[in-house]
Formats: sequence, structure tokens, C-alpha cells
Amino acid sequence: MKQTSFLGRLRRSQAFWPLVAWVLILVFDAIVEPGFFRLGIIEDPVYGKHLYGNLVDIFNNGAPLMLVALGMTLVIATGGVDLSVGAVIAISAAMGAVLINPALGNQLITNEILTRNATNTPLPLIILATLAAGTVCGLWNGWLVSRAGIQPMVATLILMVAGRGIAQLITNGQIMTIYYTPYFWFGNGYILGLPVSIFIVAGVLLLAWLLVRKTAIGLFIESVGINAKSTYYSGINEKNVKLLAYTFCGFCGAIAGLILSSYVHSADGNNNGLNYELDAILAVVMGGTLMTGGRFSLLASVIGAVVIWTFTVTVYSLGVPANALLAAKAILVLLVILLYSDYTRRLMNRVFERRGSQHDAAH
Amino acid sequence: MMQRIRTFMFRNGSLLLTFGVFVLIYFVGTQLYPAMRKPQVFFNLFINDSSLLLVSIGMTMVILSGGGGIDLSVGGVIALTGTASAALLRGGASPYLVIPLMIVMGIALGALMGTIIQTLKVQPFIVTLMGYYFARGMAYIISLTSVTITNEVYKTFALTPIHIPFIPKAYIYPTTLVGPIMLVVAIYLSFFTRFGRTIYAMGNNEQSAILMGLPVARTKIMVYAFSGLCSALGGIVFSMSLLAGYGQHASGMELDSIAAVVIGGTSLSGGVGNVIGTLFGVLIHGTIVSILQFNGTLSSWWTRIGVGLLTLIALGVQSIFYLRTKRS
Repeated sequence: MKQTSFLGRLRRSQAFWPLVAWVLILVFDAIVEPGFFRLGIIEDPVYGKHLYGNLVDIFNNGAPLMLVALGMTLVIATGGVDLSVGAVIAISAAMGAVLINPALGNQLITNEILTRNATNTPLPLIILATLAAGTVCGLWNGWLVSRAGIQPMVATLILMVAGRGIAQLITNGQIMTIYYTPYFWFGNGYILGLPVSIFIVAGVLLLAWLLVRKTAIGLFIESVGINAKSTYYSGINEKNVKLLAYTFCGFCGAIAGLILSSYVHSADGNNNGLNYELDAILAVVMGGTLMTGGRFSLLASVIGAVVIWTFTVTVYSLGVPANALLAAKAILVLLVILLYSDYTRRLMNRVFERRGSQHDAAH
Repeated sequence: MMQRIRTFMFRNGSLLLTFGVFVLIYFVGTQLYPAMRKPQVFFNLFINDSSLLLVSIGMTMVILSGGGGIDLSVGGVIALTGTASAALLRGGASPYLVIPLMIVMGIALGALMGTIIQTLKVQPFIVTLMGYYFARGMAYIISLTSVTITNEVYKTFALTPIHIPFIPKAYIYPTTLVGPIMLVVAIYLSFFTRFGRTIYAMGNNEQSAILMGLPVARTKIMVYAFSGLCSALGGIVFSMSLLAGYGQHASGMELDSIAAVVIGGTSLSGGVGNVIGTLFGVLIHGTIVSILQFNGTLSSWWTRIGVGLLTLIALGVQSIFYLRTKRS
């Protein structure tokens, strides 16, 4: 058996290029901002001793994107796309905020009641409802794509636009501020000195990895992405595979919404998870999964998300406004897609072949 | 005779259906709210949805060309055109220079996206989605806040009422005419030119269109350039009607226009449908928004949910129609 070195295996893995990109950005940060890597331990009055620093923040704030990228990977691997992830985040965040609202029922709503650190709904129920809201959205998308046969892009575009309306409907058009402190734990809490959100991401990644790599589901997803029709003819229910991928994506969006609303202490139907679909697609594409479906890597997508978040933080620290960053990211996505396209590959092959034939001629 | 009627119904069935739905919804509106009976309300549909009509005309051509063709960049291009023209006008540029410049920019953006789609074989939705984010990002780079337009020429275009002959107290604005003019151009292009026939041919089957020797590659790029032109015109009309340009303008316009196209009977798989149906799709959209406004108690987010539902219903009706034609 041929032994391959660790470096050789790493170079051929899908996670290699995003890792290289990450290291490059970190090197840039180290040069421009000398204190970038500083880590310290701080004593927090609520959450106790924990680690703090830019790197911790990148993982903590980037957690929602990593989760969404996980879900998006499976959807893109089936050859589809989910444009509604941002709206799903907004819907589940709105769901959480509304259930926490202590002024339920016919109570006279006063500022004193609204700003109370209390809730009428038990916390587990709030979490369940939040997750259920996003999962239902995912089921809906999956149903439209797999059963109604609508193109994924159009099917999810409907929820992308209508979903923000639904989120506003849930919160009655208000930006709801949350005052219930136990809820803040998901976005701000710490376990063993590390942010809770990191553990949530690791948990979901492990769950997804077990699901796709320790069962046949991963293989089914790849085969649907490569050729849905032949998958159907080989006796696999390709509709259910698609349904599962979209539902999982909705579930991931829901957890992202939970963490995000917990982190910012509020739910805003218009702005929660704005433009997350772009970042998630970018993360997946960076992780080497083709937009046409097929081979995918969950870990590579998560690293892709980390790269994007590090890039975002770096650009912010250079003083570029958030919205202007959109243009730069759009160009980045397109470049990465072009690099992976058939045309580029053929061009590269031709260049190498020509060089090879010249080499032969010289001999 | 019966045979002829049947053929006519078969060819124009979905168009008649769209027209019927429009008349029905409008009639329901006038019964619910007597104020909707004023003729001006009908002309307001054209005034309010003038840029949506323009964008939808371009979208129809792109969707007709098939191959998963779609243009998600329209809202972004409107925002970019509006913001760029507002900034240029504030800087003292002549509007007679700014308007052609914006049109050229729209065509260039569309042609660039078309070229990437055609030569590099990347799916249209991803390229145009990137076009959308790029255009919005550029609009924010130009200005983070709304830029007002104080130019006299723009004001004249936007605020001079043109009275409709024979109907008292009914008027439109010069900007309202751009959409219908473009509609006539699109009807001519799609039914009476080689360009139009090629679009239908490649929409039905791209492979056989190539084998027939039709200029598929060139046509595809031209279709996206045409959509870019329509979006740029839509952006100019939009900025004229609001007398401002802002990166957040026309958000959700892409779904509105896809909805209008689908309601108008154009198949998302390409090759089936026409721009006349799209006109009624836009009018149906406008009527529903008007009814929501006349109601007054429904909040703005209902429009979003309503448009989503409408698209869904239209897609459902279309798939039933499609199944039936397939069976017969």
C-alpha cells in the first residue's frame, strides 16, 4: 500500500485552498494590525472567566454563517441552491423574540412589562419553536423543489422575499428587543472559557458528518447532484434526498437565527441575516463544492465561512463601510466560480498539453 | 370554424386567462372600493409600475431564451443607475449626457453577464445574483445615503402631466410612456425579427437551435444586454419618479418581475409565452398593490407575502396547463 504523507493528503483535500486563503488573510492582518492575534482571559460578571480576542470573536460572530454554510453545502451538493437562508434566519429570530415577549395575552402593555427580564414561555419551548419555525421553512422549500418540481432558485426566491414579510408579520412590524437574560447564553455565553456558539457549530458539524459519511445519505446526495434522473433509475428516492437537504438547510438557518438574535438581543425582520445567502454560497464555493452539485465537503465549507468572516472583519478594520463590501464579495464569488469552471479547466489542460508537446519536440 | 376557434384558444389560452384574471381582479377592486372606479386609478397602474414594466419586458426575453435563463440583477441595476445618475447630476453633469451614459452602463453590465454565462457556461442565476450584489454594492460605494435630484430637466420629465384626450381629469407623466414604447419595441423584436425567432427557437431546444445554424451564442449575450438596457431605463424612470437615487431602492423587484412574467403565461423553462402577457402580469401586480392600498389597514409587509403567494399560484396554474398540453 502506498503511504501518502500528511502534507500530500492535505494538499489533495478540499479544505486545502480555503486554508491557504485563511492563512494569507491572517498574515495580512498580522502585518497591518500588530495586535490582531492578542488573546487574553477576562473575568465576566455573568459568564465567569473566558478567553477574549479577535480570533475568538471571529469564531463567535462567524458561527451563524458557518451553520448556514453547512446547510447550504448539502443543498448545493444536490444541484440546487437556497436563496432563502437570510429570510429563514429572520423568521426564526422573530419566532424566538415573540415567544419571549412577557406581555402576552390581554395584559396592558407597558414599558415596565416589556423590559422585564422574564418570559411566559419556558426556555426549552422557545428554542424548540425557533428551531421548528426554520425547519418548517426548509420543509416548505424542499417540498416546492422535490414535489412541486419548481426550479430551486425560483422556489427559494419566493421565501427569500416573502419570508421577510412573514418575519415582520410575526413581530407585527416591530424591531423586538429581548430582555430575557437566559436567552443571551447562546450568543454570548461561554463553556470552559470558549464561546457557546463554537460548541453548537461543532455539534451540528459532527451530527451532519455522521449523517452523510457514516450512512449512505452522503452518497445519495452526491449522486443526486451528479445526475438526479439516473439516481432515480437506480432505485433511490431522489425526491426525499432533496427534501432532506432543504430541511436540514432550514434547520441550520434556524439555529443561526437563534444564535444571532441571542447575540444582538433583538429580532429585526428586515435586517436579521441580511445578505447571508451571498456569504453562504461564497463559503460553499470556496470549500470546493461545485455549483452544479456532486462532491462536497462539510469541513471545507465551514473553513470557507471562517475565511469569509476573517475577510469581513479585516475589511471592516480597514474602515470600509459594510454595504460597500457587497461589491467586493460579489466579484470574489464570481472569480472562484470561474476558477472552478469547465472552461478554465480545459484552458489549463490545453496550456499544459502544449507545454508538454513542446517539451517532446525539444527532445 | 370551431377548429379555428380551438386553435386560437390553444395558442392564446394563457394570454386570455391572464387578461381575464386582470379584468376579474380589477372588477372585484371596483366593487370593494368605489373610488377605484375613477379612470385615473387605471392610469396610476402604469405610472406606479412603469419601471416594473420595463424590467419585466427584459426579464421576459431572458426567460424566453431558456437554458435556466433568469436575470436576478434587475433590482440592483435600478439602484445603481438611480444612485449613479443622481450623483452625476449633483456633480453638475448634463442630463442629456447622464441618460445615455446610464443606458450604455446597463447594456455593458448585461452584455458582460451574458458573455460570462455563454462562454464560461456558468448558471445564469449565479452570475446575475453576483451582478445584483455587485450593482447594489457599487451603489453604496457611490453614496451610503439617499441622493436627491434637483435637476430641472429631470423635474420637468417627472412632473409635467400629460392629459389623456377624451377622459376628463386623467393624466400620465412623460416617464410613464417609456414602458409602453419599450413594450412595442419588444413585441416587434420578438415577433417580426430573426433575433426574436432565434430566442424562441433556443428557448425550446438550444441544441437543435445550434444544429439549425442559428447564432445562439450571440443571441444569448444580446438577450442579457437587452435586459440590462431595460433595467437601466427602469432605473432612470425610477429615479425620475422619486427624484432620488439610493442603494436600497427597488428591493425585491426581481421577484416582482419574475412574478409578473410567470403570471403573464411565460414558462420558466423557456420558449413559451410572450411580452403581451407580461404587460397583464404587471397590471395584475399593480392592481393587487392598489387594492391593498385602498384597504388601508393592511401593513406594507402584506405586499411581499402577497407577491410571493401570487407567484406560487401562477406557477401552479402553469404546471397544470403544461401537464394538460403534454397529455393532449
